[in-house]
Amino acid sequence: MYRYDAHDQQLVNERVAQFRDQVRRRLSGEISENEFKPLRLQNGLYMQLHAYMLRVAIPYGLLSTAQLRALALIARRYDRGYAHWSTRQNVQYNWPKLEDVPDILAELAAVEMHAIQTSGNCIRNTTADHLAGVARDELEDPRPYCEIIRQWSTFHPEFAFLPRKFKIAVTGSSSDRAAVRVHDIGLRIVEDPDGPGARGFEILVGGGLGRTPRIARRVRDFLPRRHLLSYLEAILRVYNQYGRRDNKYKARIKILVDALGVDEFRRQVEEEWEHIRDSALELTDEELARVSGFFASPAYEALESSDAMIQGWALGSDRAFGRWVAANTRLHKQPGYSVVMISCKARGKAPGDITADQMDGVAEIADAHGFGQVVVTHEQNLVLPDIKSSELHAVWRKLEALELAEPNVGRATDIIACPGLDYCNLANARSIPVAQEISESIDDYDYLHDLGELTLNISGCINACGHHHVGNIGILGIDKQGEEFYQLMLGGDAGEDAALGKIVGPAFQRDAIAGAVRTVLDLYLARRESADERFVDYYRRVGAKPFKELLYARS
Amino acid sequence: MPGADGSLNVQVSPAITGRSIIRDGALVRDEWTWIDDDAPLPVLTRARDVLVSSARWRRDRAALLTRGGRVGVRLQTDELAASIADDVGHLALIEIHVHKFVDGRFYTTARLLRMRHGFTGELRATGDVLPDQLFFMRRCGFDSFELRQDKRVETALRALESFSVVYQGAEDQAPLYRRRALG
Repeated sequence: MYRYDAHDQQLVNERVAQFRDQVRRRLSGEISENEFKPLRLQNGLYMQLHAYMLRVAIPYGLLSTAQLRALALIARRYDRGYAHWSTRQNVQYNWPKLEDVPDILAELAAVEMHAIQTSGNCIRNTTADHLAGVARDELEDPRPYCEIIRQWSTFHPEFAFLPRKFKIAVTGSSSDRAAVRVHDIGLRIVEDPDGPGARGFEILVGGGLGRTPRIARRVRDFLPRRHLLSYLEAILRVYNQYGRRDNKYKARIKILVDALGVDEFRRQVEEEWEHIRDSALELTDEELARVSGFFASPAYEALESSDAMIQGWALGSDRAFGRWVAANTRLHKQPGYSVVMISCKARGKAPGDITADQMDGVAEIADAHGFGQVVVTHEQNLVLPDIKSSELHAVWRKLEALELAEPNVGRATDIIACPGLDYCNLANARSIPVAQEISESIDDYDYLHDLGELTLNISGCINACGHHHVGNIGILGIDKQGEEFYQLMLGGDAGEDAALGKIVGPAFQRDAIAGAVRTVLDLYLARRESADERFVDYYRRVGAKPFKELLYARS
Repeated sequence: MPGADGSLNVQVSPAITGRSIIRDGALVRDEWTWIDDDAPLPVLTRARDVLVSSARWRRDRAALLTRGGRVGVRLQTDELAASIADDVGHLALIEIHVHKFVDGRFYTTARLLRMRHGFTGELRATGDVLPDQLFFMRRCGFDSFELRQDKRVETALRALESFSVVYQGAEDQAPLYRRRALG
């Protein structure tokens, strides 16, 4: 993984000093809350319902075990012993005190971490495929480009006060696990259509969720990789000048692309880019090689393929282990190795929460059985990227002891949920209790296993932090005259066949939503063609009609 | 005088009246005179260097260029670089009035005036100019600042030195990856 040199370290150290000074001036009254707000936001510090929330950046989700242990230490010393993984592969603390934040940032800087630009109207943490570097379908590892983008966007002086927040995601695989089509900019690493071997990017712009969900539009089929930063800068420059600033709900770049039309938007970007493409922004081969060098594969042992063994376990007589192998491991590019997915969605727990002891336990496993790395997924789970398949049973035992072996990754109870009304002052409705109720209603592991691959996302308001539009099943909390109601959507997909879910019918009351989800799941199980037809495939084949008929049969 | 607590460590001439400007790490007296759109142009002996709105510039361009002093134009936040691009060679000062500090269009305006349109005169920020944004402003090509009146010059001068390392290229430096390569 990327390691700081003296420049990188100096920068985060100076950031700690700068923020310490800003907090001191805020506490002394030299700056008003209005002036302090954008400063603290650009350092990931939100004011939530009960307290400040601090969001710490985990660039493209990648952590060393030393960093994970530091996050655990911060949870114990400055918070209430736990933390929360976010859908931008970051980590959040819900109870820090303002006066402690500079010290927390200093703890982070000591392990090459920071909270820079994790909030505010600036370029946020660049996210990547959580299987980057180990996926079998990967053309090229996206993380070196993410790191290059991280450095370019960190304190970019021109783009610190954009019309609205700005999110970039990168994937190097054919399966899109990074949801690049619902980002302000999505980058797909592709082969040069004219010259085999040369790589570059397909550029997608203007995707996003929120109040106006959009699938990104393709702005360029192929951009040679050396032009990455000049092209990003051209897009941002057009957006910074012409994005709307009169209404925060119309300020994302997707609205500008809508207003101009993708052809005119592309023309403006290309015109700007022509001016700067051959400037100092052009990436050098030395820099690409320097950064890529940090992401070279670890020293794998030469082993036989373990695919057959894994298949055997998944179907084997030890059902507890078999279910976990089937749901929570992924095939690794390296023969004899597996990718382990750690579910942070245990039954009855808040999705994405993790205790300090669990963090330490995961770090121990990653050191003992892997190469000391852990990845946070945008589905709020963790990945142990390099586990010898022969050690899977031992790893499973350890995860069980940590209560981190819920066999549900990519399944119906692997719910993405925003903090909701329990924590957030924007929310109209609770999210976490609904997620808990749904996961408790699916109490039979055979039933869960039978449902197969399925995403279920819950947002507590139309700002869509729980990504409900792109859940195969999406739930949106709304407020009707002071009462919580929940809209049900079906057919959303964040992957390479990205689609926005459609509302099935009238919203459900709080006490009826979990039952409605169960009705949807039962109908799918009863009527699908075979176990190979995933929920979203079934929905695409039959549409909403059968669901609608059953859900609203009595009304 | 700024700094009511007397902690100001900048040398300020007691003769200063009117606007004070931060330039080259110090507080200096502003030599420019703002002329309202409907006021007559002053004689040279009373005000040598005059600052006008972009509307006044377009209206009285010939008179401004022939009166003998230097000319500056004040842009509002919504007047982007392209609006003055053809005229920058005639101007010794472009002042951008920051309407609200969170409206970041002026950063791009500044960069384009410098790198695209070749403006080499003084580029100044006025209006809602706060210490914590000065570092970014300077990197985008601003070289003078009129701090909002209630803000402390001492804090502003400290904020200008917030970082000794920058990653990306701007109007002051090349990207770090080009400098790293040089050792």
